[in-house]
Amino acid sequence: MKSSSHLRNRQQRIGFSLLTIMSFLTIIPIAGVVIYILVLGAPAINWEFIAGFPRGGMREGGIWPAIVGTLYLTLGTAVFAVPLGIGAAIYLSEYAPDNKTTQLIRIAIINLAGIPSVVFGLFGLGLFVLFLQFGTSILAGSLTLSIMTLPVIISTTEEALKSVPQAFRTVSISLGATKWQTIRRIILPQALPGILTGVILGLERAAGETAPILFTVAAFFLPRLPSSPLDATMALPYHLFVISTQVPGMPIKIQYGTALVLLVFVLSMNIIATTIRSRARARRQW
Amino acid sequence: MDKSNIRHEFLITFFIKSAGYSAIVFVGMIFIFLLLEGLPAVQKVNLASLFSSRWYPIENYFGILPLIGGTIIITLGAIFIAVPFGIGTAVYLSEIAPRWVRELMKPFIEILGGLPSVVLGFLGMLILSPFLRNLLELPTGLTALAGSILLGGIAIPTVVSVAEDALDAVPKSYRDASLAIGATEWQTIWRVTLPAARSGVLTAIMLGVGRAIGETMTVMMVTGNAPILPKGISDLFSPVRTMTATIAAEMGEVASGSVHYHVLFLIGIVLFLISLVVNITASAVVFRQKKRQERILS
Repeated sequence: MKSSSHLRNRQQRIGFSLLTIMSFLTIIPIAGVVIYILVLGAPAINWEFIAGFPRGGMREGGIWPAIVGTLYLTLGTAVFAVPLGIGAAIYLSEYAPDNKTTQLIRIAIINLAGIPSVVFGLFGLGLFVLFLQFGTSILAGSLTLSIMTLPVIISTTEEALKSVPQAFRTVSISLGATKWQTIRRIILPQALPGILTGVILGLERAAGETAPILFTVAAFFLPRLPSSPLDATMALPYHLFVISTQVPGMPIKIQYGTALVLLVFVLSMNIIATTIRSRARARRQW
Repeated sequence: MDKSNIRHEFLITFFIKSAGYSAIVFVGMIFIFLLLEGLPAVQKVNLASLFSSRWYPIENYFGILPLIGGTIIITLGAIFIAVPFGIGTAVYLSEIAPRWVRELMKPFIEILGGLPSVVLGFLGMLILSPFLRNLLELPTGLTALAGSILLGGIAIPTVVSVAEDALDAVPKSYRDASLAIGATEWQTIWRVTLPAARSGVLTAIMLGVGRAIGETMTVMMVTGNAPILPKGISDLFSPVRTMTATIAAEMGEVASGSVHYHVLFLIGIVLFLISLVVNITASAVVFRQKKRQERILS
């Protein structure tokens, strides 16, 4: 009996160590990737690189048009995806009856989340660029990216809305507020941090994606800033792809510098989102 | 309440309801558009040559088997990495790790989930491929293996977060009961907690697989893009090309309405249907699980 328990304890110790090692093997490369790019990209960063235009076949100068392009795309995505996503989440959390149709909506959201990003690119090309004749433009790209972002925003917002206690709704309705007044004045403000987190995480995905913008927005080389939503634009992720695969003799410093700017752009969104979430959790009184 | 208020309320409610149905509309529209642009390919290229093993669009060879094969071999490789590491990390985070380690580790997993795939592909080209070439003495490091390793990494955050949720959802009383009859924590994890969470864990794996199949930029950058039908596991060490990479690499250069254009949309249909099957299966597991719980509780 004693030896069997000894054996079991040893089994547990080995097992636990194994899982610990595996987890750290998962984490360490992630930290490694971030640190590696920060270190190798940092020497490229200066004012001219950030705020300058590409010169000499993109082998010199800066990446300003790509930074601006990614900003515009992110904002454009927000314009379409945020109202629609929050609206859909409000429907699912506050209005939807528990029936087959609602289940179908949920299945559709799960499927939308799973569709490969390049297929969104195909759809955007077919519908927005060619059929609706927006051309390769910020508008076409933003619409494509917002459909892709929608499931993230819907599911995180719904979770935030559902975490508001039922009593809040009951009290508000019993005071004579309408359903929308309750949502607008009571539930949305309470759920705001959770919604913001979801929105930013969704937009973070949009900002970093390349495949959906390949045929809908991205310009290989366009050394001026877009002047209307119907202009094509450079974008950071696509620019990194271009200079690391399509341009021979590209200085490695510029490649790492571009990767660094993209990474910082995306990671700062991630950090803002997670900070909002953890602050709200700490402050929550219910 | 005056009239304008009622009107306001009505409009808002209408918007919310339409937004609610938007996901169905979009999935439907995506499928219809893919069909409209993809099905003409079947008329223009006969089925036999579509399912041949030669992809060489310039000379009108549109065999998509090598591309399907490329996706399969890379995905299988990715599963071998993402499942043990993903589930292992989820079990560690949910059952073993002290609270502070968990708080420290979870943001890293989230960061990995948010890393742009083009950045991973970039590092894969510059670091992973040369490393694999030297290590395994290959003619090129741009191989299916490099793609599998990176895709495994990309699938891990999905697997970890879904599996961890599933493990967290197992009632504490299950664990307590198991420990009370003398099982070690290790035995409890393997014989009680994991089996109780198995459908959630299965969903995690399915969604991870879906993520791997759909990934585009990373595989396009690190797998060498040779459309050669993989014949066995040894082809992990040679270049391959996936369905996603083919669309991404070639769609920019084809004339809209050409045979090549329609065939690329046809590949899009295949990808769409695969993701549909994967995700419906995954969500069916979740729905069934919910029903079973309700039955037990009532």
